[in-house]
Amino acid sequence: MKKFTTTLAALVILGSSSLFADGHKVKVGMITTLSGGGSGLGIDVRDGFMLAVKGNKNISVITKDDQRKPDIAVQLADKMIQSDKVDVLTGIIWSNLAMAVVPATVNQGKFYLSPNAGPSKLAGKGCHKNYFNVAWQNDNLHEAAGGYANSAGFKNSFILAPNYPAGKDALTGYKRYFKGSLAGEIYTKLGQKDYAAEIAQIRASGADSVFFFLPGGMGIGFMKQFSQSGIKLPVVGPAFSFDQGILKAVGNAALGVKNTSQWSKDIDNDANKKFVKDFQSEYGRLPSLYASQGYDTGKLLISAMSKAKVKDKDKFRDALRKANFSSTRGKFSFDKNHHPIQDIYVREVIKEGKILTNKIVSVGLKDHSNAYVSECKM
Amino acid sequence: MISILFFEQLLNGIQFGTMLFLMSAGLTLIFGVMGLINLAHGSFYMIGAFSAALIASLTGSFWLALLASLSGAAIAGVLIEIIIIRRLYRRDHLDQVLATFALILLLSEAVRWCFGAFPLYLDIPKNLNGTLPILDDIIYSKYRLFIIFMGLLIATGLYILITKTRLGIRIRAGQNDRQMISALGVDISKLYTIVFALGASLAGLAGAMIGAIQSVEVGMGEPILILAFVVIVIGGIGSIKGAFIGSILVGVTDTIGRIFLPELLKVFMEPASATSVGSSIGSMLIYILMALILIIKPSGLFGKT
Repeated sequence: MKKFTTTLAALVILGSSSLFADGHKVKVGMITTLSGGGSGLGIDVRDGFMLAVKGNKNISVITKDDQRKPDIAVQLADKMIQSDKVDVLTGIIWSNLAMAVVPATVNQGKFYLSPNAGPSKLAGKGCHKNYFNVAWQNDNLHEAAGGYANSAGFKNSFILAPNYPAGKDALTGYKRYFKGSLAGEIYTKLGQKDYAAEIAQIRASGADSVFFFLPGGMGIGFMKQFSQSGIKLPVVGPAFSFDQGILKAVGNAALGVKNTSQWSKDIDNDANKKFVKDFQSEYGRLPSLYASQGYDTGKLLISAMSKAKVKDKDKFRDALRKANFSSTRGKFSFDKNHHPIQDIYVREVIKEGKILTNKIVSVGLKDHSNAYVSECKM
Repeated sequence: MISILFFEQLLNGIQFGTMLFLMSAGLTLIFGVMGLINLAHGSFYMIGAFSAALIASLTGSFWLALLASLSGAAIAGVLIEIIIIRRLYRRDHLDQVLATFALILLLSEAVRWCFGAFPLYLDIPKNLNGTLPILDDIIYSKYRLFIIFMGLLIATGLYILITKTRLGIRIRAGQNDRQMISALGVDISKLYTIVFALGASLAGLAGAMIGAIQSVEVGMGEPILILAFVVIVIGGIGSIKGAFIGSILVGVTDTIGRIFLPELLKVFMEPASATSVGSSIGSMLIYILMALILIIKPSGLFGKT
């Protein structure tokens, strides 16, 4: 009899848990850059996300490499939606890939949580109820850089960025806040590594400061070549060229450079402390801002799952919109167009022992949203 | 002011060109002698850079690192030639393209497996840091002058090797008639291995020298591989002289074009759109150059018709 009751109890538990699990399970499709140039960014986003959802049995993740190619990203998204039947997509690093994948994805009723790319088109006219950006709108960090340039007394900046959607957003963002004049404005080729020609132009331009947005390997080349060129102008840029993943490769050329970021490893809150500690023990390296974005994306997803089933789209969307999770950035909420309202910090590259890293110098923009909210009809 | 800038950009173009030459010389030699299209040439560029970064981090010496890049890429070249490439000489070009493309994927994965996905650190030696005044107002990076110097040195070395030595005679004979020189008793497979390793080591050296001012990361070789193909098509496939002229032409056109085209467009367009249109056309310029040259000389500047 005792045996019978335990079996029965076990059956009931099994039955209920499988019933329970059915509605609450979420299948995530992660499309990110894991090979070739720029793979460090995708790997950090993936690792941050996986760390956040680690041990959560209700989340299953399919990860695929987009090789930084828009056509491949589109194919992967189609396959994930049609044959893998994922509920949520995430992971894309590059804005040109996001522009190719996100609109079709959200129009098919899937949720897209962006851990990185935040092109202006998707924040303004192209905003969508199923699209959430957990990182920033592309202009944000550059706007903070423009603001910092004013406070540092720069009057005449030379600005450059790669010729792709995020590059254009970057220069627009900087110009929106920077009050001085421009000594020059250049778009470089995406993936360009040699900046001798651009540096010669900077030298000849009579600028008093340089602003650049060159994410990934592009920034490594620029900083090294700029410091060898003997030009002594102050440099300011977004965190992308000074994040943990590439500082080692830039070396001392980066020391002392001011850069703007929504995240830093020394932001003082419990969620961030836990994240930095867990990330280090899990992967044996310091996290980057990309990793923090991946992590926050994972935590946001979990917070929504605890409130609603993913199949119940309206409820799930409301739960996402509330952003009821403890972000590594501290205060975090979504504006009407589903892009973050958050503080953007000014950081400085320093040396901790032998390791190059960043520390916060000041808050650049407080509770900062984005310039496209009013264009979004949602 | 404009002329100073122009001169500096010209030097930048020549520096870029000499680097391209190191890549394309090997590519064109391998094609000329063995008739092999080697897409994996960019991988040797990467292997050279990673060997250099490894040795530089162990020993701290840039010069040892350069040596390591040469030998690392050469060793990889010999191994790959013996294990894989050797089987491809008799196959048609489609098979070669497929096999060497697979090699790119394999080698990139292997390097990532060994070194991780994050860029490595490789810096230039202290005594080449900074700038050097040349002429009155023009200052130029010492390291870039060093790259130009090395490029010219290697170009001269290759010229002597090809025209004045026995190995060079065999290489030229191989280009002209493969069957005949093997019939004359020259160990053709050894010659092939030597040529392949030579090409690989030049690419490796280029990778290390450029890696020191750019970044050492997986997949760094592919963008420059495409340019190297443009160079050998312009110069005429198989011709070292063509590769040299083609490299300088491509280097200078690309550099001058992408800087001065936007400036030129600003004369009759508003600045913001001039920058974006100008830089878009600037990046197409070398392909336009290639198309024009192929219209006039279908087999390239120094190609055999």
